[in-house]
Amino acid sequence: MSEANETAEENTNRSLYWRANIKLLAGLLAIWFLVSLGAGIIFVDVLNKIEIAGFKLGFWFAQQGSILIFVVLIFVYAARMRVIERRFGVSDE
Amino acid sequence: MDTQALTYIFVGLSFALYIGIALWSRASSTSEFYVAGGHVHPIANGMATAADWMSAASFISMAGIIAFSGYDASVYLMGWTGGYVLLALLLAPYLRKFGQFTVPDFIGERYYSKTARVVAVICLIIISFTYIAGQMRGVGVVFSRFLELPVDMGVAVGMGIVFFYAVLGGMKGITYTQVAQYCVLIFAYLVPAVFISIMVTGNPIPQLGLGSDVVGGDISVLSKLDGVLVDLGFSAFTEGSKSKIDMFAITLALMVGTAGLPHVIVRFFTVPKVSDARRSAGYALIFIALLYMTAPAVGAFARLNFVESVSEKSYANAPEWVKTWEGIGLIAWVDKNEDGVIQYGPGAAFEGRVDFSGEVGVAGERLLTNHPTPLTNEIFVDRDIMVLANPEIAGLPGWVIALVAAGGVAAALSTAAGLLLVISSSISHDLLKKTFRPKITEKTELMAARGAAATAIVIAGYLGINPPGFVAQVVALAFGLAACSLFPAILMGIFFKGVNREGAIAGMAAGLIFTLGYIVYFKSPWFGATNSSEHWLFGISPEGIGAIGMVLNFAVAFGVAQFTQATPPSVRSMVDNIRTPGTVLSQ
Repeated sequence: MSEANETAEENTNRSLYWRANIKLLAGLLAIWFLVSLGAGIIFVDVLNKIEIAGFKLGFWFAQQGSILIFVVLIFVYAARMRVIERRFGVSDE
Repeated sequence: MDTQALTYIFVGLSFALYIGIALWSRASSTSEFYVAGGHVHPIANGMATAADWMSAASFISMAGIIAFSGYDASVYLMGWTGGYVLLALLLAPYLRKFGQFTVPDFIGERYYSKTARVVAVICLIIISFTYIAGQMRGVGVVFSRFLELPVDMGVAVGMGIVFFYAVLGGMKGITYTQVAQYCVLIFAYLVPAVFISIMVTGNPIPQLGLGSDVVGGDISVLSKLDGVLVDLGFSAFTEGSKSKIDMFAITLALMVGTAGLPHVIVRFFTVPKVSDARRSAGYALIFIALLYMTAPAVGAFARLNFVESVSEKSYANAPEWVKTWEGIGLIAWVDKNEDGVIQYGPGAAFEGRVDFSGEVGVAGERLLTNHPTPLTNEIFVDRDIMVLANPEIAGLPGWVIALVAAGGVAAALSTAAGLLLVISSSISHDLLKKTFRPKITEKTELMAARGAAATAIVIAGYLGINPPGFVAQVVALAFGLAACSLFPAILMGIFFKGVNREGAIAGMAAGLIFTLGYIVYFKSPWFGATNSSEHWLFGISPEGIGAIGMVLNFAVAFGVAQFTQATPPSVRSMVDNIRTPGTVLSQ
């Protein structure tokens, strides 16, 4: 393979990698928005009508649930990115 | 042994530990001083970030705010944690790849402009100083309550300790000290929480105890609290009084502001790899969540305990802690109907700040010179005492109280140190080395960094001893400014190559001027503006206006970039480079 081809392939890989990253980001940020600003504020009144284990659901999302899901989101992102990075050969490990 | 002696021992031991760590981890190069050489393990960095992040406000005030405002306090819980998702997903990995020392470094190089760098430095310094004054104050309050030192002395002692390990150890010293401080503060927070949860609900896990039934009843803590408060004339604990749009704006501003705070961002420059930066943000949030998910439980239990121990109880038989805190002016009682019984309800009991006349009333209470309000409420309680008084309210042994004191000091010192470091590095690195005196050697730069840290401590201490009148008000400023200036500039720098120097500078300036102007207009005494919802823009309070400032920043930056010279190719390839983790920076 010539050098020019290698660079071209590298560039395609890079842009594919970036697109995969953006897609993952968009999905996770949508959840981030829904569980906090969504469930905790916008839809809180509707969700508060549901009560689980002593918590009104909307109140629970606002004070505890959103935080719990935030932690999960970050680790899902870290794990998915490792897979994506290996697939496109841009991993740092 | 009495509580006071125990407190001296606990706080003294923790100080000895921090100093020991500082001596062991002295910084010998600028890289070690600024970013701990970039060799910190992601879990250790997570702990250090958590300690750095959780300030005296988180440790002391948060549960108190939740206790007294219930659902409304959710803005802090979601806002101060949700920012970590933004950090981990949108900023930290790319800034780590960029691989320099400071936030202004990134802004200056990405927007190929010294002006942009200086604007970033100015934002950073305003943000950090408003924040640090509160920390020093927090140290002073803890010292004065638990060690019976004057507040000023407390601030001075705190300054001395931070001086020692921040100036000597730089980021390296601070990081390892913060790991120790995290352990101290989380232990100090959880121990009383567990005891109180068992006492109130029988459930040893406070996070779950919040949803459990109260001991000896078949009603859950939250339902009981709702009922008790509504009976007294308050709004229900699980329902708020803020408007939805304001809740939304404040939460968003705090989330974005958190992600844009320089002392938090810079922590992710210290880990070895890009993938470590992502994971480290996750660990940091786990460590933070441990406290933040406990705080709602502590707040609810404390409110319930408080109502049950004071409402309709005779003052003469009030528990000992009521009198202890009354002694230092954080609780006050005015017997309006002269029945010797404490009536508790919504609204202020009297006008203005507590001002004791020095005389003692019929029931033995300290009399006030304040003019009583026509409301039935007779008692004033400073919400900051909830965490500090909790062990006493729950009747816990003296060593728990001593532990809480050490935890409060750890929380305040760790945050103060982190802030001092970003201030000093922005002065020695961004202003001196990169802007005004590029020829200085590394040795001189390191000396300048230490000098700047020392100067910053003295200024912070001064602000702690002589807080500007509206110091509590200006914390909103720190988040608002970070949200409207630094966060958008960094985000666009990574994700939008088209945003150029002119766009970024105009955007930061627009966001900054708008947000600063709005906050000063409503919060300062100079304009005589009424700070209430009917006067606010779209009903958004000054606390939440950073969210609008951020939108403005984006809009102006994209607009200006359309009509000015495109980003140069060298910068575009730099952006490509920071977007890919595994390639070497080709410069």
